[in-house]
Amino acid sequence: MNQSPALDLAGLPTFGHGPRSPTWWGTLGFMALEGMGFALAAGAYLYLVTLWPNWRLSAPVPNHWPGTIVTLLLVVSLVPNHLLNRYAKQCAMGPVRIGMVVMSLLGLAPLVVRWFEFPALNIYWDTNAYGSMLWVLLGLHTTHLITDVGDTIVLTVLMFTHHGYSGRRFGDVGDNAFYWDFVVLTWIPIYLLIYWLPRLG
Amino acid sequence: MSSADLTSERDLTPERETSAKGDIAPERDGPRDTGMDDASLHRWLARTWRTPPGIIGALSSVDHKVIARRYLITAFLFLCLGGLNAVVMRVQLSGPRRGLVGPDLYNQLFTMHGVTMMFLFAVPIVQATGIYLVPLMVGTRNIAFPRLNAFSYWIYVSGGLFAWVSFALAMAPDVGWFAYVPLSGPEYGPGKRADVWAQMITYTEVSSLAVAVATIVTVFKQRAPGMSLDKIPLYVWALLVTSFVVVFAMPAVMITSTFLILDRLVGTHIFNPAEGGDALLFQHLFWFFGHPEVYIIFLPATGMVSAIIPAFARRPAFGHLGLVLSLIAVGFLSFGLWVHHMFAIGLPKLGASFFTASSMLIAIPNGVQIFCWLATLWDGRPVIRTPVLFVFGFFFTFVIGGLTGVMLASVPLDLQVHDTYFVVAHFHYVLIGGSVFPLLAAAYFWFPKITGRMMSERLGRWHFWLAMIGFNAAFFPMHIVGLWGMPRRVYTYPAELGWGNINLFISAGAVLFFLSFVLFAFNLVHGALRGAPAGDNPWDAGTLEWATSSPPPSYNFARIPVVTNVEPLWAERGALPVATGLRVDVRELLVSTVAEAYPDIREKSATPSIWPLFAAIAVGATFLYSIFTPWAIVWGAAPIAVTLVGWFWPKGDPEDEE
Repeated sequence: MNQSPALDLAGLPTFGHGPRSPTWWGTLGFMALEGMGFALAAGAYLYLVTLWPNWRLSAPVPNHWPGTIVTLLLVVSLVPNHLLNRYAKQCAMGPVRIGMVVMSLLGLAPLVVRWFEFPALNIYWDTNAYGSMLWVLLGLHTTHLITDVGDTIVLTVLMFTHHGYSGRRFGDVGDNAFYWDFVVLTWIPIYLLIYWLPRLG
Repeated sequence: MSSADLTSERDLTPERETSAKGDIAPERDGPRDTGMDDASLHRWLARTWRTPPGIIGALSSVDHKVIARRYLITAFLFLCLGGLNAVVMRVQLSGPRRGLVGPDLYNQLFTMHGVTMMFLFAVPIVQATGIYLVPLMVGTRNIAFPRLNAFSYWIYVSGGLFAWVSFALAMAPDVGWFAYVPLSGPEYGPGKRADVWAQMITYTEVSSLAVAVATIVTVFKQRAPGMSLDKIPLYVWALLVTSFVVVFAMPAVMITSTFLILDRLVGTHIFNPAEGGDALLFQHLFWFFGHPEVYIIFLPATGMVSAIIPAFARRPAFGHLGLVLSLIAVGFLSFGLWVHHMFAIGLPKLGASFFTASSMLIAIPNGVQIFCWLATLWDGRPVIRTPVLFVFGFFFTFVIGGLTGVMLASVPLDLQVHDTYFVVAHFHYVLIGGSVFPLLAAAYFWFPKITGRMMSERLGRWHFWLAMIGFNAAFFPMHIVGLWGMPRRVYTYPAELGWGNINLFISAGAVLFFLSFVLFAFNLVHGALRGAPAGDNPWDAGTLEWATSSPPPSYNFARIPVVTNVEPLWAERGALPVATGLRVDVRELLVSTVAEAYPDIREKSATPSIWPLFAAIAVGATFLYSIFTPWAIVWGAAPIAVTLVGWFWPKGDPEDEE
């Protein structure tokens, strides 16, 4: 088919941050489907709660303190996360490197406390369905936490190599910060479901 | 539209300033396509975008057309296997008390038939068609996240192999394609059969979720300049809506299968009513996926029909906006119907009424689509070729399936015919009528684009009539035998019930239907080897996939088209307006804005890589191992992490660095 040039793209930039970049949309897509998974797991839990009048099924209440500490750590981590995102937009290497190290540490810290959360549930997964759902919800979020921390650490290493001096990499840092927001955000309802819902009944 | 409209000041200038700042290595500029003569342009692009030669090269391919071709062939093979399952079942049922297969094998046969057709054929083949066509139709050079796309194929193949190797070892799932607990639970489902079901689901869902995300981002961000939302082809709209349905429905079945395997493997009690769980929770979770699943298969098929009818009616689709809104409405409503698969569990009256009403409601947008197509044909000058015959077959068959669907939406009737052959007849009319016939139409329609050759029109007509007669002979009498009370999933029946003759007739129809696929396979092979050369646009259709050669080159388009109309090739008969200025020495494509498709970024597309295959092997091995021990997840994490790092770590290509 014959062609006639109608538009010149030569002056366009080679990368963009946030919603301009396809990776951002891909990240959003994965958040949507993972969020749906969280929502369904929470829905399954609530379905069982409404089914059994004596929910908690005579199990002891969970100790909320490890979970509360994780929550505080996660919420606090949002501040450096957003600073990091801003520096990534400016493609400023120094602050981004510092920010990535900080975020790696702030990812590992809740994981350490998470280790103490499982025994603090005060029930095993195979005791009854209440125990099963608690372990499932906590396990689901822990999987997300581990994957994101792993991703953050690899990206941190990458930013200390010569590969870091690239618009794409700064875009990756931005998307990684975006995903961390999601990990924190999904934790809040799960925290309430695990530790505070059983205290209502 | 002029180029000034597309690069309006407000969109581009401020951003260009920010992206030039910061600690980034300057772009090493390379040759651009501006003003380049055609021969050099093709040489450059062919070298940049080629799939490397050799076996490693083939396994590293990230070309969406290569991946889609593999998907299509693999899904067709699974169709044949699933079809053979059905033939064996029909031979067994052709008379009372036949002894070809026993009850245990029969259970595996119908489970494998359902699982194969739903998870290994129907969903992958509609997505594969999208992987091939969507990037071409939106005028881009590759799908978004090409390596993720390659990964999805390998995961899909390993899931399919896993299921069929299990079948060969007589450890295939035998609990029906929806594997209800408690039958599939730890108490009544000994051995590994139900675990095979659960993990096989996980493989195929990971694969289709990955494709869905890649499709959404391709449609949102990689459309040719000027292809604003109102100019997106209907087929692409259908795939977009389908991908959203996948994103929100598939997690439900992954959660279901994960819960099931946890109950079976580590002793959780999620579905165990004795310890505070609930068996019906399984059904709710499964059908929250299972009903949208029907539309995941059906919506792309309507997109195919919406692409085929205008091409042969010789006019743009009547009611473009109505068709798009219907697609979106069906996508939403598909999430409100799941309980109509569970009418037999004893629902509260209000619940039953709600789901009856919503089941009938979804007939409205589907009806709108059918009337729009009829109006397009009515007002056009239709040319009747094989694709159109299959579209007519779709109308006829799907409408019958829709009518029995409205019947089944009523709770009293549903209770009467629950688990009988009436239901089997209904969903085969809906699935084969609503999806397989449009797929066959699509095969005849797009085959010339994929292979560069035409399929035989004469064989196509034989194929159509054989398929129509065979299908209706096999499935129409099932309505009757179902009303007589014949239950589904029984491996035989006594002679005294008098079901022998009608079942013999059904089996004869099934064999005829199977033969129609043998003829189709012959036509495919014959067309690929001996068919008449097709040229770029054999049907004189109007969408962008016909603007490039058949088969398309690795880079799809020598220059990115500029879109001015919903049927761009009909609007620009003289010369296609194109964009220039992209680099030709690296894989560069155009990223545009979501709503208006203003050109925004010259993005690099990923180069071929073997790592998605390695990652798929690591993930697949972990899933396989996990049916034996939960520690598989721990041991599998290390190889998965290594392969993912290998996948994402930059290797020094300009595509990675700039």
